[in-house]
Order: sequence, then structure tokens, then C-alpha cells
Amino acid sequence: MTETQHSDILIMGAGPAGLALALALARSGMSVRVVDRISPERLADPEFDGRASALASTSWQMLQNLGLADALWRDACPIDRIAVSDGLRKGGLDFDAGVDGMGVMMPNSLLRAALFEAASADADIDLVMGADVAARTIDAHRATITLDDGRAFSASLLVGAEGRVSPTRDLAGITLGRWSYHQRGIVTAVTLEKPHKNTAFEIFYPDGPVAILPLNDDDDGRPMASIVWTVPEGKADAWVSLSDRAFGAALTKMSGGFLGAITPVAPRSNWPLTLCQASAMVAPRIALVGDSAHIIHPIAGQGLNLGLRDVAALAQVLGEGARLGLDPGDLAQLKRYQDWRMLDNAMMAAATDVLNRLYGLPGSAPSLVRRLGMQIVGRTGLIRRFIIDEARGASGDLPDLLMASD
Amino acid sequence: MNASTGTTADSSVTNETRNGTIDPKEAAHFGKLAAEWWDPKGESAMLHRLNPVRLAYIRDAIDHHWPDAGAARKPLAGKRAIDVGCGAGLLTEPLARLGAEVTGLDAAAENITAAADHAAAMGLYIDYRHRDIETLEGESFDLVTSMEVIEHVTDPATFIAALERALAPGGLMVLSTPNRTTMSWIMLVEAAERLGQVPRGTHDWDKFLTPEELTAHLQAAGLHVIDTRGIAWDPLQGLHLSDSLALNYLMTVVRG
Repeated sequence: MTETQHSDILIMGAGPAGLALALALARSGMSVRVVDRISPERLADPEFDGRASALASTSWQMLQNLGLADALWRDACPIDRIAVSDGLRKGGLDFDAGVDGMGVMMPNSLLRAALFEAASADADIDLVMGADVAARTIDAHRATITLDDGRAFSASLLVGAEGRVSPTRDLAGITLGRWSYHQRGIVTAVTLEKPHKNTAFEIFYPDGPVAILPLNDDDDGRPMASIVWTVPEGKADAWVSLSDRAFGAALTKMSGGFLGAITPVAPRSNWPLTLCQASAMVAPRIALVGDSAHIIHPIAGQGLNLGLRDVAALAQVLGEGARLGLDPGDLAQLKRYQDWRMLDNAMMAAATDVLNRLYGLPGSAPSLVRRLGMQIVGRTGLIRRFIIDEARGASGDLPDLLMASD
Repeated sequence: MNASTGTTADSSVTNETRNGTIDPKEAAHFGKLAAEWWDPKGESAMLHRLNPVRLAYIRDAIDHHWPDAGAARKPLAGKRAIDVGCGAGLLTEPLARLGAEVTGLDAAAENITAAADHAAAMGLYIDYRHRDIETLEGESFDLVTSMEVIEHVTDPATFIAALERALAPGGLMVLSTPNRTTMSWIMLVEAAERLGQVPRGTHDWDKFLTPEELTAHLQAAGLHVIDTRGIAWDPLQGLHLSDSLALNYLMTVVRG
């Protein structure tokens, strides 16, 4: 039995939230260890995560503050405009970002790779990859995990960043409320015949929305996009098993043809869509971030942004505590983090839920209401501003890490 | 990898014969609370809420006094600190985390035992001693703290003279104590103790010092107050640093 190695913070999960947190805490001078079952090679493999994410401008600012902008800006496709429509009817909503920008689109695999590289280069971060956890314990003074190869690690604070399935959340005895949308999200990447002009399209159909999200051109100069197509649970298998050619034709038709022919260029994965909310985000010596604490409908592309906002808030609370010499696992301190994040997370969950339900109603009367609603939203400055701020991630009381420094 | 390898340091405990100004009845009162010191929901709930507030004040005083260490994670690295009346180490442990080589003194043996056990479990090395500051000889410290203690001693002048002797040349002292006002009587002695926020019998209001009285004692010992700040309470902010000295106050002190 080897000696237990101690660090200030032990982060379970080397996904974007876990690694971004590790980088932020290391900047505050804390010793951090990140543990994940996955191998580094698999982590950054597009086959493992073929999704792309919308990074709100505040999230992008955070990555800049963490020193990742140089590695990522070439792969980041700015979103200049969001176009929302009810099927292919006229009278949709257009949001122009103006000079601030609405954020960027980025393949997840590239984001994961850049975060992993930065964390590997940081002397205050110890990455323990390919690790199978055999035991987890919490006592009054520390959290300890033991791997099946006998190595043991302890820390003053254990952070659950594993995602949807979170043993850390279970260890804390925090329950997860789940509501299934009975929908699945089909994700793939495509090339477009015509340029997307940095526009994110959200086209709502009674079966569910299709999002066509701009990505940078491929090596041959063809415009690319990430597709998130929401379909009812029962129809998912049929859509996934369709030939590339037939799937591309269906997408071209759904998009109204304004992007020309759409050609799938990546495997299709599909994900169950659920709304999940943990009953708490902290427990003695435990904090949860990102999908371990909440999963929302991907309709507005906000899941990763919420996770990064958790990270920024937790990093700030722990950084302020470290400046005072407080125990990182101090529960009063952790509750400040929870109070800060619970409301924002619940608001976003409710907003995306309502959006999905509103657009999920078939028939011409709901359609008329939606289009009328869009017109009102489109003409009312205040509501427009709120929606743009939510999309940018700039609503509420922002942690420092999400803001540009002077 | 740089995350520190597990150091389960045993904090040392020493006992000395007592010959100081701490009232034995007071020491016995706090000794009885020792077991609950570290429970944020227990008898010491008020202290747990007070701790970040006074630590914020101390950190600012440290940054101001030693500006070169300002941004550092461990601004007290290479410095010796002593926490006089350390209880079970609520303030002592953060000083160790800020890098100081820390000594904690307390007049109640139970407190020293609880403090040493807790520090060892947290992997912190702290030199805990069951003794009075008055009997400490030949040692000096860059940082001297004594929080919520002076209102419990029988002879403040002697106690402060002993604090002065322990202060190294160019050192920094931070003190806190409740003011003797109607407000402190109502809030600390009546309301807080009766509502169970503070253990009954903790405070003897007649022994509280006003800022003027404490300043006079400090000056007589050759010390100079460079900053005074209040700790106030309201329902919205809870305990917070304030310009009002009516309830409780902190003082930054250097040699005059």
C-alpha cells in the first residue's frame, strides 16, 4: 500500500468543466489533482465526443483568461447572428450580435484537447488518467479516493465533474431530479454548399428543433456546420440508421434549401434528452460542477456554458477563501457557491424547457401564437436584450473569471 | 506532479505551569466548549461566522504591512506567528495555511488538545502550547494575534505588556475585542447568549474595553494603533467589517 498523496482539491472528471476548474484553481495557487478513467488519447478523439459547443462570449472570455485563446481561436467560428424560425414560415426572429459577438462555435474534441494540454503543462496540476476508482470516503477532515491499483489520493475538497453519471454526487447523497423529454438529439457534422455567414439557425418543427450551428471551413474550404436534430424517442433509430445520402437530403429539405445541399461528413451519434437538476450542489467536503449538477435541453446550446459558469463561481469562492487561509472544504464557503449558482441554473433550465415545449406543440394555432410571440420579442428592446444576454452568458452577477480584465 | 505528498504532521503540544492573567474560571468555561469548537453548527457557530470577517481584516493588514508578499498565496512564508488564546485553532490554522510557522497558546488544556488533534487531522503543523503569554520568554514573533481574548483577562495592562514582549522588531499585531456599549450588552450578552448563538457565560460585559481604553493600554506598553475597524451585524449582511465600533472592533498595532 503506497502512501496517500494529498492535494488541496481533487477533481473527479477531466471533461471541459473539470479541466477548466483545475486551471482556474492552479492560478490561485492551489494544488490540484484531476482523476479520470479515460485515457488522454481517447479524451481528445472526435469519435469519443463528436459534438460541437456554442461557447457564449463570457465562456470564451474565461478561456482567454485561462490562457487558452491562442490555442483555440483558429478553430473558433464566431456566431454573428442567430436566426430562429417556426418551420420554414416567415416571421422568424433574428438576433444580431453587434460588436460584442454572441460567442463562438467549437468542436468539443478540440476544446478538450486544448484544455488537457494546458492542464498537463501546469506544474500545480497532477493529472491521473486511465484511473479506475475502487473506493471513495469522506470524513470530517478530508476526502479520500483509492484506485484499484492501490494508489490513494486525499484532498480537503472533492469536486464532482464527472458529468451526468456522477459517483461523487452519489457519495454526497445528493439526489438528482430527472424529467425525460422523450426525445433524442442526433448529432453530426456536415458540409454546406452555401456559406453560413456565421449564422446559427434554429428551425422549430413539431417533432423537435433542428439546429444548424456554424463551424469553420474544412481543409478544402467547404463551409461546415454542426447539426443537433431533436427527434421523438421512437423515431431516433430510424434517423440514425438512414444512409448518409438520405439523411443529407432530409436535412437539406428541413433547412429550406437556403444553405444548398447538406452533406453529412461524420458519424451520427444520438443522446437522450433529459432535464436533470441535483437537489444541492454542495455537501461537506464535496462540490458539484457542470452536468453532475444539472443537465438542460440542448435547444439553446447552453449546457457547457452553465458548467463553465459553475467553474468560474467555484474558482472565485475558493480563491477568496484561499487568500484568507480558509480550509477549501469549509462548508459555509461552499454554500456561497451554491447560493450563487442554483438560481441561474434553474432559470436556464426553465427557459430552455419552456422554449422546447412551446415549439413542440403541433397545429396552426400554436404556430400563430409562436410567430406572434416572436414578433413581439423581436420588437421589444428589453426582451431582445435579455435573450441576447442569456445567449452571451452575460446575465446575472458574473464571476471575475468571465469578465475581461481592465 | 506537484500536488504535495501527504504530510500528516503531528502538531506538538506542551504544557507549562501557569502564572498569567487568564482567569481560571474563564479558562474552565472555554475548556468545556473544546469538543464543539470545530462544529460550525455547534456552540461556536458565531465564531465560525466571525472567522472569515476577521481573517479578511488580518489579510489586508498583512498585505499592507508586508506589501512585497501582497499577491502571494502564502504571504506569511518564512515568518513566525503566535495566536494568543487560540481556542481550538479556528484562526491559527488559516495562519498556518498562509505560510506562517505558527504557535498557538491557550489557557484551557482541553482546547489545546482539541486544536492539536484537529491540526494533525488536517495535515497542518502547529506548535500548540497550554500556557500563558506572560510566561513566554526569549521568543519573538513577526505576527501576534489575540482575538476575543483581552476581555477575558484579569489584568489587561500586564497581558498587553506580554504581547509587546512577544512582538518581533518590525512586527505586526492584530487584536479584536467587543466594545463596552449598550449595543454590545444587548447583542452579545443578552440576545446572543440567550438565543444560544453564544454559549451562556461567555461574556462578562464589565470587563469589555472601549477602543479608547485599549488604545491607552497599548500606548502605555509602547505600542501604536495604526488602524481600527468595527465588526457590525445586520440581518442582510450578517457579520461584516464596518465603520461602527459599537459592537466589536479590530485594531492593527505596531511598535510605536
